[in-house]
Amino acid sequence: MIRLEKRPQPSKAWTVATPILAVILTMIFGGIMFGLIGTSPFEAIRTIFWDPLFDPTFAAFSRPQLLVKAGPLILIAIGLSIGFRAGIWNIGAEGQYIMGAIFGAGAGLALYPMESVLILPLMILAGALGGWAWAMIPALLKVKFGTNEILVSLMLVYVAENLLASVSSGILRNPEGMGFPGSRNLAQWSSSQNLELIPNTGMHLGVLTAFIAVILAYVLLTRHIQGFNIRLTGEAPRAAKFAGVSPARTVLFCLGLAGALAGMAGLFEVTGPAGQITIDFGSGYGFTAIIVAFLGRLHPVGILLAGLLMALTYIGGELAQLMLGVPGASIQLFQGMLLFFLLGVDVLTNYRVRFGSGEVRA
Amino acid sequence: MDLSNINPILLVASIMISATPILLAAIGEMVVEKSGVLNLGVEGMMITGAVIGFIVAINTGAPLLGFVTAAMAGAVLSLSFGVLTQVFLSNQVATGLGLTLVGLGLSSLLGKPYEGMKTVTLPKLDIPILSDLPVVGRMFFSHDIMVYISLGIVIAVWAFLKFTRAGLILRAVGESHESAHALGYKVIRVRLAAIMFGGACAGLGGAYLSLVRVPQWTEGMTAGAGWIALAIVVFASWRAGRVLVGAYLFGGITVLQLNLQAAGLTWGVQYLSMSPYLITILVLVFISSNRKRSSHDAPANLGQTFHATR
Repeated sequence: MIRLEKRPQPSKAWTVATPILAVILTMIFGGIMFGLIGTSPFEAIRTIFWDPLFDPTFAAFSRPQLLVKAGPLILIAIGLSIGFRAGIWNIGAEGQYIMGAIFGAGAGLALYPMESVLILPLMILAGALGGWAWAMIPALLKVKFGTNEILVSLMLVYVAENLLASVSSGILRNPEGMGFPGSRNLAQWSSSQNLELIPNTGMHLGVLTAFIAVILAYVLLTRHIQGFNIRLTGEAPRAAKFAGVSPARTVLFCLGLAGALAGMAGLFEVTGPAGQITIDFGSGYGFTAIIVAFLGRLHPVGILLAGLLMALTYIGGELAQLMLGVPGASIQLFQGMLLFFLLGVDVLTNYRVRFGSGEVRA
Repeated sequence: MDLSNINPILLVASIMISATPILLAAIGEMVVEKSGVLNLGVEGMMITGAVIGFIVAINTGAPLLGFVTAAMAGAVLSLSFGVLTQVFLSNQVATGLGLTLVGLGLSSLLGKPYEGMKTVTLPKLDIPILSDLPVVGRMFFSHDIMVYISLGIVIAVWAFLKFTRAGLILRAVGESHESAHALGYKVIRVRLAAIMFGGACAGLGGAYLSLVRVPQWTEGMTAGAGWIALAIVVFASWRAGRVLVGAYLFGGITVLQLNLQAAGLTWGVQYLSMSPYLITILVLVFISSNRKRSSHDAPANLGQTFHATR
């Protein structure tokens, strides 16, 4: 008989080991899945995890992509993780990401074709504001009426997607675009372009911001009273109340921060890699970031590593699509499985496995 | 825009059709939540049911068989959630989200070869005499069998929870798992059964989308229906009758906005498409602003992990 016994404190060793175990399990079961759809498992795993970094023909192109994809994932996941720590479930980051892009691009395009170094900073501010405002809707509704933030933030993703479709064929449409939906190309306008800071590394302003966010989040969570309050709210809500932590302010802070970071991620994407507001601008980063946050154990450094790993599965997945004809959706399933296995093996962190029956014998 | 194109009889009939998937998913989720488990993976189970039902119906030519396999697929998928949350004691919110992501990925992987294909759909079942009634007959008594089955499930769930001993045990597990455990009820088994029932219902709902309502398979075709089902459970304050009302109200909104689009309203199609989601938010706000009442309605142990120490 196998029993579980609650550990007095989560095991430090397993906290680090479980994500690695989950990745290994995902590779095994993912390999089986690839085998079932008729691809060689070893080749598929190698194409996803090894070739983007080390294959002589692809690495030159895909290494910079690693940072391009990891940047928004890390930036969004950092914001989400702080909320998750406090037990505030913002799962509408995709909507906040889209709104950030719309607001930021709108602010910039209002000034087109002016040239100024101040335009990009203004757009970044507007992007953060857009994401923040979108996240304030579930936050205020939760604080004022006790509405469930999970459902509201998620419903707002669909609203944001419809708004995106509306503005890309309406108010933000490129007047010189011959009637096609989609805005002007922001990556080609020198005032708004978000260029690589170091050539051929993929390191653009958004990636830099993501790295800064990792450091600031670490400081916030370990050195600042607000971070302590957030952790306290998540781990012992009653104790937090007695200690005078306002639940309302925690909700507003966590959702607002996550929204602002997701909005900035959207703005950096639209001024850089994506280039323009189009109907299909929403790319699912907001949802994948949830996996990144959990895989990184809601810890800033963990999220940094998890974001890079998840970016690798994106690039490797595209490569596998190209080289092996693996359907694109299998990568989505692969990422979902990773989260599933992680949650499953997580039991080892909080519980000890005991063998033998726990019955008392006389 | 020409509003006279909207036929009120067809409108009511199509409301019933468009409400059925959400109704099925919501009534299943209500049972799950009554047992104290919050499964946020409804969307994932629905879309898996949609793709499995479609694939089976196309390969066998029997839509009913599609529904049966879709229910089984939903139940199996929900069992993975059940094992993770009940045996491995994982966080229910995170696991439910994971289930949605897995379901979305799995469905688009399986459904890729079937995109754009047509399937045989369920025949309209004219109930003798009743369906010949003027107006009312076409509105209510001339639907396919799943519409009636979904209504039957609602009544069965209501009666099960209200009048049977098993229903009482299920509610006890949801209200206080410690007490139910102390009385000797198998908390985890009851919850696993409830989770699988919820999965099966969500699978049926998904299959109704791909086999009757649309009827076609497109990637991501549930488009948030599973999440709306979750919202309807809150709206219904965990009562079967109100789940029915909620789902039909929501179906009404969806159909009305589609009809307005079809009637030639050209301006702001996107604003109409977002209206169901906005209205869901408004309804949630309205329900939860009545805080004193609604917090009493939710099962007391909803979303809490149960670990028997003794």
